Amino acid sequence: MAIVASGSCLERNAWICGDYVETRSDELSAALREHIGLTLSAVAIGLVIAVPLVLLARRWRFAVAWISGLASILYTVPSLAFFALLLPVTGLSTTTVRIGLVAYTLVILFRGLLAGLDAVPADVRDAARGMGYGSLRLLITVEIPLALPAIMAAIRVATVSTIALVTVGATIGHGGLGDLIYDGLTSSFKSEVLTASVLCVALAIVADLLLVGLQWLLTPWRHGRRTRARARGTVA
Amino acid sequence: MSTLTSAFDWLTTGANWRGGEGIATRLGEHLLLTGASVGIACALALPVGIGLGHLGRGGTLAINISNVGRAVPTFAVLVLLAIGPLGIGDTTTVIALTLFAIAPLVTNSYVGMREVDAGAKEAARGMGMSGGQLLRRVELPLALPMIMLGLRLAAVQVVATATIAALIGGGGLGRFVVDGLANNRRPEVVGGAILVAVLALLVDGLLLVLARAVSTTRASRPR
Repeated sequence: MAIVASGSCLERNAWICGDYVETRSDELSAALREHIGLTLSAVAIGLVIAVPLVLLARRWRFAVAWISGLASILYTVPSLAFFALLLPVTGLSTTTVRIGLVAYTLVILFRGLLAGLDAVPADVRDAARGMGYGSLRLLITVEIPLALPAIMAAIRVATVSTIALVTVGATIGHGGLGDLIYDGLTSSFKSEVLTASVLCVALAIVADLLLVGLQWLLTPWRHGRRTRARARGTVA
Repeated sequence: MSTLTSAFDWLTTGANWRGGEGIATRLGEHLLLTGASVGIACALALPVGIGLGHLGRGGTLAINISNVGRAVPTFAVLVLLAIGPLGIGDTTTVIALTLFAIAPLVTNSYVGMREVDAGAKEAARGMGMSGGQLLRRVELPLALPMIMLGLRLAAVQVVATATIAALIGGGGLGRFVVDGLANNRRPEVVGGAILVAVLALLVDGLLLVLARAVSTTRASRPR
């Protein structure tokens, strides 16, 4: 009975089809692995480039306009065209997709990190300097902890956006789950498109929840005090 | 480099700008798609982000819903709607682009509202301001730079990603990139990419000027 029902769902071109997931599980997991690999490397490389750029921009404020101008130009080149322009250099490879993805995460991370650090109240900074804090100690023990919510927000935006953007890489054959979506478009294969799309969204939600968990662990003072105050019914 | 010069040749050929499939028509389509998507996204996202930020409630929920919107790939939504009941058309494109623009708007307006100095809010309350007065006269002006940053991110993203609409046969400047790729007409690909990039930079610049203009109303702005 189950075999008859699932066998017909492929023939009927149904949106939800267990038989598709069963018969193409290798294809699905390979696409998922490529998707995760591309996302992780894009966000990691983006962070590695963004952190020194932000520190540089804070030391030499005039660099902010230059760096964000350059980042804006990178960001505004449509991903489709970006991949097309890189084709003569890096070919039909994952490198082409990765360079494009890093460019986009870089803009989000640079703007988010800089905005977060700039939002640290000046009097807090002055107080720390008055206590004899050097610029490195000020950054690590005062500014970064205070900017952490904004920094984590930027990392979450970058990660989730990247997971969605990877799909565009399908135009050159390296889009992770996007390859399956593109394939399903040309053949109107509904369950292939829906399954790949749902997996893509699920991956983004899982990644986001992991980052929320990480932020929760990194900022114990935020939730700790509030819940205790609420429990005791006092104002912290 | 020869690709770049031939792209400029393509851009400067008057015939490429005219007609139903010319640059002028595609530019108009692109602006219309972008304007509609960003407009609808603002109408939906800003009240939610600002309202929840003001109330200080449901923020995690709002940002997570918004994250789902951001997590849904525009490309996937376009394909799902195109092979589904809606079919290929401008409505399909606008729905997909709107989903894409909602996320930065909600997140930035909410974060902007939440990051308003608690002391300023308490002082306003102490002066006898109502919730509405506090929102209009204290929170919104202080959160405005963050809200404008969200608007800029959303608008630039939508201008750039409206090109993807061409993958399912929609209009806009993306047609040049997709058709050029399919027929191996590289000058057209690069020319189309340059047009979208310039358009996005113009939109970004205009919104930056607007953000500067509205934040000069803040007396204590450094520099």
